[in-house]
This record gives sequence, C-alpha cells and structure tokens, in this order.
Amino acid sequence: MSGEVPLWEVFIRPRNGLSHKHVGSIHAADEVMAVQAARDVYTRRGEGNSIWVVPSKAITASDPAHADENFEPTSDKIYRHPTFYDIPEEVGHM
Amino acid sequence: MALFNAVLELADDHLVLGHRISEWCGHAPMLEEDLAMPNMALDLIGTARTLYAYAAQLEGQGRSEDDMAYLRGEREYRNLLLCERPNEDFAHTMLRQLYFAAFMHPYWQTAQASGDAVIAGVAGKAVKEMAYHIRHAGEWVVRLGDGTEESAQRMKDAVEALHAYTGELFEAGATQDVDDLPDRSAIRDQWETTIDDIFAQAGLSRPVVQFPQLGGRDGRHGEGLGHLLAEMQSVYRAHPGATW
Repeated sequence: MSGEVPLWEVFIRPRNGLSHKHVGSIHAADEVMAVQAARDVYTRRGEGNSIWVVPSKAITASDPAHADENFEPTSDKIYRHPTFYDIPEEVGHM
Repeated sequence: MALFNAVLELADDHLVLGHRISEWCGHAPMLEEDLAMPNMALDLIGTARTLYAYAAQLEGQGRSEDDMAYLRGEREYRNLLLCERPNEDFAHTMLRQLYFAAFMHPYWQTAQASGDAVIAGVAGKAVKEMAYHIRHAGEWVVRLGDGTEESAQRMKDAVEALHAYTGELFEAGATQDVDDLPDRSAIRDQWETTIDDIFAQAGLSRPVVQFPQLGGRDGRHGEGLGHLLAEMQSVYRAHPGATW
C-alpha cells in the first residue's frame, strides 16, 4: 500500500520561539492526513506544539557527489567562527 | 447506586471499544495507522480506568479497577453493542469510531459543567481526545466513502452494518435518575449534524433504521463480546493478583 501513498517530511516545533526541526517522514494520501499521521507518529510524548509537513518530492537536495566542492573549502577558514575575541564578564550570557 | 451503575456503563463503553481498537496494533494497513489506533485505544482505556476506579469507590465494597474490568462476565458488562462490534475492515473500524466519538464529544462538553468533580475532571480531558477521534475517523470516512469504487462500497457496507447500533447511544440506561451526567437523548441533534456533515463529504447517507439493536445496557450482548472478554481477561484470571 505504501508504494501508492506519497511520502511527507515532518517538522516539529518543540516550543514557542524555537524553529521547526526535521524529525522524520511519514506516508499519507494528502496534506490533511499527513498532519494527522505526523501528530500520531511524532508527538506522542509531548514533543511539540506545531507541525509542518512538506511533500518529500518538493525537497531539492544537494548532490553527494558535490560534497567536496560544496563543503571542503570552508574547513580551513576558521576565522569565520567568532572565537577570536574575549567577551567581557559584564556582558553575561550571550 | 444509580450513579455507580451509570459510571460503570460509561467505563464499559470505553474499555470495550478501546480493546477493540487495540486489536489493530501490529495489524494496521500502514505504520502511521498502527500508531494512530493504539493512541486512540489508550485514550479510551485511560478514561475507562478513571471511571472504574471511581465506580469502585462509589460502590465501597473494596473492589479495584482491575476487578471491575477483569472479573465480570459478559452478562455483567453494560457497554453499548456498538462498542463491541468486530473490527471487520478499516471502513467498519473508522465508522464505529466516528459514531462513538461524535456522541461522546458533545457528551463530555456538557459533562464539564457536572456537579460531580470526578466526572467534570474526566470530561475536561476526554473532550479534547474525542475531538481528535472525530477528526481522525471522520477524515478516513470521507476518503474511503469518496475514494475508489471498492472503498466506497466497503464504506456503504459499514454504514449498513453499524447504523442500527447507533440508536442505543441515546438511550438513558442507568443515567435515568442521575443529575450529574448529561441527558443522552438531548445529544441526538448534535450527533446527527456531525454525521450528516461528514457523510455529505463522503457521499454517504444516513439510513432509516427499521430494527434498532438494543440490549447492551441490560447485559444482552452479541457473540463477539464473550470472545473479547475471554482474551482480555485471560492473564488476570490465570494469575490472580499478579503484579509487574
């Protein structure tokens, strides 16, 4: 049966103020059933207060074959990490 | 004693239907429903537990919620016949769930204002659960009813088979003399509105029932309940007092 039922990616927002996070995928006939299935599969233990579902086929992924040219060039650019200055004590938690 | 009997009827409805739905666990047509149905079963069984514990307390004979559930025979069970109807196919299961939830949702809405603190408490929790059961089962009824030729036929067959059991929802039963529980007959209009709205989308119609099926409240059940109880009660009866 699952062969005929479209796949959906599920995103859950754990709390207000946080962003939706990808948690997995489910099968459902349409978007209404997809939200219900996501609720039943991924929010059984109070994981969140908002659900997004997106048709998996709507997602364009980067090509694993391009991983080297996509991601390798950043590995020697450590100056992009904001770790080269001291934060004064008085600033507290940032 | 009137309240005890009325609470027991409600508890039996929830346990028997909850057990029926739990029978799908591991057998549902897809993983998503294999989780959705135990979710619904646990909602119903959770409500049953609170009600059995309350009934036991009202009775004051030292019985526990487990004694209520596991040590009564089928003639002592007071559940609606609708709740014990076999799962059959997915159309039957979803329609039975819709029929029950479309009644219990307005029932618990009214019961939230009950003068009985336990009933009002159960109602506050159950009203949200029943709203979801209507939505989940209702969406399936719409999709099966308005789906393929085969799914539409199965949905029609389910309506044909189960509709005769819906009249019992509105019978007073033991609530006759109980002020703290809603008047069941007063819920009929709201129930019909909910069903008609979903049936209109599903391309189904509400049949006229010639011979309503009654008797659950008097302990007169179909053959299926005996089998259900035998399976559900076997562990408790084989190992009385066992804990884990």
